[in-house]
Amino acid sequence: MSQQSTKKGEMDLPVRLRYKETKREKTGVYFKKKVGWLFIIISVIAITIFNFYPMVQAFLLSFQTGMGGNLEFTGLSNWQRLFGDPTFIAALTNTSIYLLIQVPLMIVLALFFSVLLNDPKLKFRGFFRIAIFLPCVTSLVAYSVIFKYLFGIDGIINIFLLNFGFIPESINFLADPVWAKVVIILAITWRWTGYNMIFYLAALQNVDKSIYEAARIDGANSIQQFFQITVPMLKPIILFTSITSTIGTLQIFDEIVNITNGGPGNATISISQYIYNLSFEYTPDFGYASTVSYVIVILVVILSIIQFRVAGEKK
Amino acid sequence: MKNVKRIFIYVFLSLAAIVSIFPFLWMLVSITNKSVDVTQGRLLPGTHLIENMKTLFSTIDIVPALINSTIIAVITTVLTLLLASLAGYGFEIHRSRGKDIIFNILLLSMMIPFAAIMVPLYRMFGSISDTAPLIGIDSLGAVILPTATTAFFIFFFRQNTKMFPKDLVEAGRIDGLSELGVFFRIYMPTMKTTYAAAAIISFMNSWNNYLWPLVILQSPEKRTIPLLISNLGSSYSPDYGVIMSAIVIATLPTALVFFLMQKHFVAGMMGSVKG
Repeated sequence: MSQQSTKKGEMDLPVRLRYKETKREKTGVYFKKKVGWLFIIISVIAITIFNFYPMVQAFLLSFQTGMGGNLEFTGLSNWQRLFGDPTFIAALTNTSIYLLIQVPLMIVLALFFSVLLNDPKLKFRGFFRIAIFLPCVTSLVAYSVIFKYLFGIDGIINIFLLNFGFIPESINFLADPVWAKVVIILAITWRWTGYNMIFYLAALQNVDKSIYEAARIDGANSIQQFFQITVPMLKPIILFTSITSTIGTLQIFDEIVNITNGGPGNATISISQYIYNLSFEYTPDFGYASTVSYVIVILVVILSIIQFRVAGEKK
Repeated sequence: MKNVKRIFIYVFLSLAAIVSIFPFLWMLVSITNKSVDVTQGRLLPGTHLIENMKTLFSTIDIVPALINSTIIAVITTVLTLLLASLAGYGFEIHRSRGKDIIFNILLLSMMIPFAAIMVPLYRMFGSISDTAPLIGIDSLGAVILPTATTAFFIFFFRQNTKMFPKDLVEAGRIDGLSELGVFFRIYMPTMKTTYAAAAIISFMNSWNNYLWPLVILQSPEKRTIPLLISNLGSSYSPDYGVIMSAIVIATLPTALVFFLMQKHFVAGMMGSVKG
């Protein structure tokens, strides 16, 4: 009897607990909903104040003109000024050149490295990986200054080229409009290729090896395997890296300022640097600077949509 | 034929490795040489290291810059980790339709180019400079605030929270922990690796940030390391040995972080795309 009752009691316990639990759960759900907002509220407010609100402000500013604090609404005059502004056109052209040459170059190189370094039979794999990734630990300013010195008129690159007889006299890389752009593209590629390679290497781990096996049996050579298997399999990550690289290159600032400072003339100036100059180097023209900055916003949106479309179509 | 291909691959990779490493070697060799030797292309270690360091620490304000950068990077990282993990946890564990919409709106802020909001931000901090000088123009607080909460880290924590066992939350509630108690006592200790990865990215971003400090900081004694190096780099008669020493010192923290925590580092990068 007593045993039975204890058994009963034991059995009762979970039931009672369950009852209590559901009650707790009910109040919990209600409680949970409110408390859930507490977790996110600071971030939501902070991002609104420091990102969305300035975005709206910049939009309003783009319709105002005046120097420093004396701004007044002048409609579309800033937007009209854009098309006749040679510095803006130079900045837009330069940024487009960086984007069109550097991003594809870097992504192809990174893909190439990742495929080579994914081969388990390759010797010194770890060394090559670390070596190619190493540039990512440098700060943008630090590596820019180094590249500026490397390619200086008495820099080590010139000394090499002279000693090996590739060139008759030193090339003033940073004072030549074309060479200066080449140096900037080389610098960005040096800094970021390893970074992108790591993404591809990680994605390659998830590709089923048997697909390559099957392709090899079917007689596909490595180049065919690369284009028919690797590239399609890595498409989502290639899309991700090309979007982040595009957004990054569109905003390029640190490298330009520290390697060439936009020169010679305006041969290497980027849109971000022009915005900075308009606001803080020349007499501050916040209205027009905001108009120029909206060009970057529009470009980011358009290019992201295009990249999504292109990647989506081939599916 | 196969051997030719192999050789070609090794030559190609070796070239890539040399190109990647050479600037580092050059930098390390240059800090031991006189400025004249650097311009003459000397690639052998010299004996001028101590001399360069002495000049660096006596003529250039690298110590205040290091202190400023450290303060900014540490506070930014702590704030980022706390706020972003709270939000990432809130969005995932206390999921609701309204929050999902807000989350997607927040993600849009990742597309906002910094150059586009720099001017309004500058004006915003300018307008509060008189009433709150600690977060006004030319203050370390103003450097920290806009960079301490970013949608990227909220996204990062939310992605990683997907792996967090929800049963633990229930267990904590049954044990009588409050919702915040569950977060601090259970979630935080469980997610150590996620925090480590986020800390590395946040610290490096902050340590290397250039544009915003350049805009908001004005007095020389508030300068951060990137501002100092940029300044040195643009001088007309550069002392290469000394400047290289400054660059090496500035790069050391991030390089150390990378070598000591390689796994977390890569995990951090991956965390941004997972899911």
